[in-house]
This record gives sequence, C-alpha cells and structure tokens, in this order.
Amino acid sequence: MTDHLTIKDLGLEFRTRHGVVRALEDVSLTVKRGEIVGVVGESGSGKSVMAYSVMGLSDAAAEIKRGSIVLGGMDLLATKGEALRAIRGREMAMIFQSPRTALNPIRKVGRQIEDVLMEHEAIPRRDLRKAAIAALERVRIPDPERRYDAYPFELSGGMCQRVMIAIALACSPSLLIADEPTTGLDVTTQAVIMDLIRDKSRDGRMSTLLITHDLGLAGEYCDRIVVMHAGHVVEVAPTEVLLSRPAHPYTLQLLAATPTPTSTLDTLPSIGGQLPDLRRDLPPCRFSERCARKLPQCDVPPLPWTTLSPDHIVRCRVPL
Amino acid sequence: MTALPEYAAHPTPLLDAQRLSKLYPVKGSAKGTLLHAVDDVDLRIGAGECVGLVGESGCGKSTMVRLLARLIDPTSGQILMGGKDITGMTQAKFVASPDRGRIQVVFQDPTESLNPSFRVFQAIADPLRRLLRLSDADEIATRVNRAATLVGLPRELVQRYPHQLSGGQRARVGIARAIVVEPELLILDEPTSALDVSVQAVILRLLADLRARLGMSYLFVSHDLNVVRLLCSRVVVMYLGKVVEVGPVEQLFANPRHPYTQALIASIPDPARRREARPRLDGSPSSPISPDPNVCRFQSRCPRAAAECVTTMPALRDLGGGQSAACHFA
Repeated sequence: MTDHLTIKDLGLEFRTRHGVVRALEDVSLTVKRGEIVGVVGESGSGKSVMAYSVMGLSDAAAEIKRGSIVLGGMDLLATKGEALRAIRGREMAMIFQSPRTALNPIRKVGRQIEDVLMEHEAIPRRDLRKAAIAALERVRIPDPERRYDAYPFELSGGMCQRVMIAIALACSPSLLIADEPTTGLDVTTQAVIMDLIRDKSRDGRMSTLLITHDLGLAGEYCDRIVVMHAGHVVEVAPTEVLLSRPAHPYTLQLLAATPTPTSTLDTLPSIGGQLPDLRRDLPPCRFSERCARKLPQCDVPPLPWTTLSPDHIVRCRVPL
Repeated sequence: MTALPEYAAHPTPLLDAQRLSKLYPVKGSAKGTLLHAVDDVDLRIGAGECVGLVGESGCGKSTMVRLLARLIDPTSGQILMGGKDITGMTQAKFVASPDRGRIQVVFQDPTESLNPSFRVFQAIADPLRRLLRLSDADEIATRVNRAATLVGLPRELVQRYPHQLSGGQRARVGIARAIVVEPELLILDEPTSALDVSVQAVILRLLADLRARLGMSYLFVSHDLNVVRLLCSRVVVMYLGKVVEVGPVEQLFANPRHPYTQALIASIPDPARRREARPRLDGSPSSPISPDPNVCRFQSRCPRAAAECVTTMPALRDLGGGQSAACHFA
C-alpha cells in the first residue's frame, strides 16, 4: 500500500493572551490507502488540533510553524482559498463530534447532502434529490425518502451521525477524518456506526483517520494506532503490536487504565500527574514529569525515535 | 453458588419503587396520546447496595433518575424510602421536606453542573444551607472541609472557581456537594463519562471507598458496561420505559438472557474479538407514544421475535439466582 496522507514534523502554536501554547511539536504520521489509523490520547493531547490542521480548519489563533501535510501528492499547507475548498468535501471529508451541533438545525438533512453534491459534483439539479436519497440509503438510514425531509432535531443522535457520514461520503472522498464519531452515542449505536465506517473504508479504498480517546474502540477497528501525549506523537504501531507489546510507558498506562471485562477496581490503575502546561519551556520528553522510569538522560535533547521494527516506532530513551 | 442480592438480607429495602410510571402528554398532531417514558417499573435498592442502570438513550434512564430523586412527580406508582412513602407529597412540597437530603444526585458533566460563579466552598456549602438549613458559619466550614477531605480535594482548591480546576477535580466537587448532606442514596448519572481514562479509575475507586465508609447505597447510571461491572453488584437493564432484565452483575454479563441485553453486551468494543462478526442491533426503537400494551417493546428489532411477541407482552420472569428477564424465550 502507498502512503496517502503524510504529516511530517508538524509544529503548531496558538497565540493566546496567556502566552504561546505549543500544541503540536514534531508530529509525523502516515495513512496508507484503504487503511484505518487511530489517533488516541487524553483530551488536550493535540489529536483534534492535528485533524483540523489537515482539513485546513484551524482556529485563527493557530499558526503552523513547521512541517508539511501532503495528501495524494498535494501539499495541503500550500493550498489555500478556492483551491482548498475544491478539495475539502471532495478529496477529504470530516465527521465531527456531536452531530447535532455540526448539522445545520434549520435545513432539511436531504438538502444538506445536496449542498455538498452541488458544490463538487456535476449532477443536474433534477437528479440531486435522488442522489441525496441514495446517499442516505448508503448509510442504511431506514425509509430514506421520508428522512430526506427531516430536520436534525427530528432525528436521534445515531441517525444524525449517519446523516453526517452520508454528507462526508457523498463525494467518495479518498480521506475520511472521524473526530470522536461515536462520543455521546449508545454502545449499540456506536457498534453500528463504526461497522459502517469500517465497511465504507474497505470497499471505497478510503483512508480513515479515527480520532478517539477510547483505546478499546481504536483497538477493535484500526489497522494501526498512533498515540499522542501533550502535542507529541509518542508511539506508532500496528494495532495487535501496540496492544500486546506497548513500548512507551504512556501507552502502557493508557492500556492499563482502560477498563476491560476482566478489570477489577483494585487492579485498575490511573495515570498519575496531569498533562504539562504547554506554555512553559518543556523538557524534550513531555511525559517525563509523569513517568516513573525517568532517567537523567531523558532531560538531554534531542529526544530520539527508537525503531523496534519497521512499523513500530517509539519516542522514548528507555522503551519498555 | 450465587450470593443472594444484598437487599434480600434486609427485610425492608432502602428504596422500593413500586409500579412506577411517568407518562407525558404529547403535543401537536398526536395530541391526546401519551409518551410512556417509564412504564410500570419496579426497582429495589438495598441498604449499602450498588445497583447499575443501563440502556440506550430514550429508554427512560434519565426519567428514572428524576423520578427517584423526586425532581418530577410520577404519573402513578409509589416510592418507599425505608418503608416510608415519599410520593405522598408533590415534588414542590418534597423540596422543603427533611427527606430531601436523603437522596442526592451526582450529575453527568461536572463542568456543566457546577455554578461557574460559585467558589468550590459555596458549591459544597449550598446544600447544607438549603437542605439542612444550617446557618452557623463554623459548622458549615467544618462540614465543607470534611467533605472536601473525603473526596480528596486539597484544602487550597476550596477557594477556587470551577474554571480553575481540572476535570477530575470538578468531578470531586460534584461528589463532595452531594455527600455533604450525608445522603442514604446517591444517584450517579454517568459520573465518569466526561472524564479522561487517566482519572476515571481514581474517581471510581473514590466512589467505592465512600460507599464503604459512609454506608450509602448507589444507583449508578451509565452506558459504559465495563465501568458498571467495576462498581455494581446488580444491574437493571431498561428498554423503552420497561425493565427487560435484572441480575447479579457477573451472572448477567456471563449469561445475558434477554436478546436486548445480549446485543448490548456484544456491542462493547473488544480488541480481542476484532476479527469476529458480532450480532448488531440495527434500526431504531419503536415509538414510545401510546405503545400497544400487548406487544413486546423490543419485538421490532429482536432477532428472536415470534408470533406470541405481538400478542402478549412478556413479564419479568424469575430465572433463578436473582436473575430475571422479560422475554418469552429467555
């Protein structure tokens, strides 16, 4: 498989009244064609900031200092304005957290699908409705003809999320970014939505970046997992490898803290400390202040990448 | 051998909800019909027991929470607290009754449920002033500090505002202000869903520890089944306003008998089973508005639905060992 999305050495800062927040530093990752890659980490780890910078939707206070984002040979950071709008929605699409807030509350959901189709596809006006209904059908919304006329408030959370997936998939994008697509949904609905995303990725040869705080979810659906902590990528590995042989102490702690059917309250650990304040001068390893294995050399820059196998890399001086 | 449910050891359960229903009149085109949010539900919680309440959104979990906390009046049915009927007075009167402080709720999102202009001290002191009618400043300070210590909130944070606290600290404030009036029943509505997994275990252990030390009973509402099994001894599963299965937690997880419970458990993400195709519950629940009393509510999505499911509503049936399910085929 070839690399489809390549993020290299991305550095992003937010200018705030309280100082410069170094939200992303040296973030690199790749997504191959047809692959589902999970990005996991606590809130504040920079997962969503990274996703938004791929989509070119970063906050006005954000400034990309270094690095590159390349999608299918196209330099996304150099693409602006109309050219970016032509790609967004067509080549790459995003599913947002909380579908109810992301959808337009006063526009029929069918119309919202037509909006995307009209922007990017040369579909005659009279065929738009049929195309929108077909898009609803593809995400297995029952009775799509009737749902076309529904407003978001008339649909359940799971149905709204399906509509958002239908919008995202309307133009068959080659990259799908799903930012916590099932947060706030029931487990039964979550399973159906995630199966849908997986099936669509598989048969559309679509690359998917799944942003989630739930390692269990990433573990079930992703081919590879990228672990982020405080704006750094700390470990990248194929899912089975990451779950069975984590090499970064933070990955190990995240795994241990995720409840499983065999966890008990006595054995379930938490992760000590908090994410560091990203406005401060930070040590090369941003996890070192929370790390029980810290050694004096952890404070000596630069922090190296250790390659454990061709597809398993970890950013730690003393990997497990 | 399976242990008996904890309430069985006590002649009178702490909380005994009998045939509880909440029906809402529907507005608009379907005027005159009723939405069955909670429909004829029995629920018992023993002294010191922790009961989990699970089900998908719209199943009536939140309505149950609000009924049991007496934030809304039931349409019919009774709630007995230590044998005493607390549904005799309206919700408006209950607010001023001494029983108000016996039931407290820890709400879902600690950020949304704290008053942003109250310092932590005020947030915890407020229920003391309102529910216990305390006015002595020293006594209030003593109790607030004791509650803050119990939940592991450092003394210096007591004078801060919610926005100056981390998510885990806010969760502790939410718990502190609920336990400060020393309730007998603490209702926990998704207490960890807004927290990172890094602090989830600390808060769950804190809750388990508080229950042991203060002898409270918990009703733990959550959609995270792996979390429910950590804290609870017994689980109640609801579907569309009805209880469909009840049982001791390990037994229910190992051998769910109702098809809905089975689907619920099969939906928990599990990396160990990523290559398996598992049963999925597609479609939406049927309408809760004026449902046919003779049709099983789950029938339209049920893989095992048969002719008798549309003619007879299955009642909860004892399956032994404290487990019961409302299914003809369980």
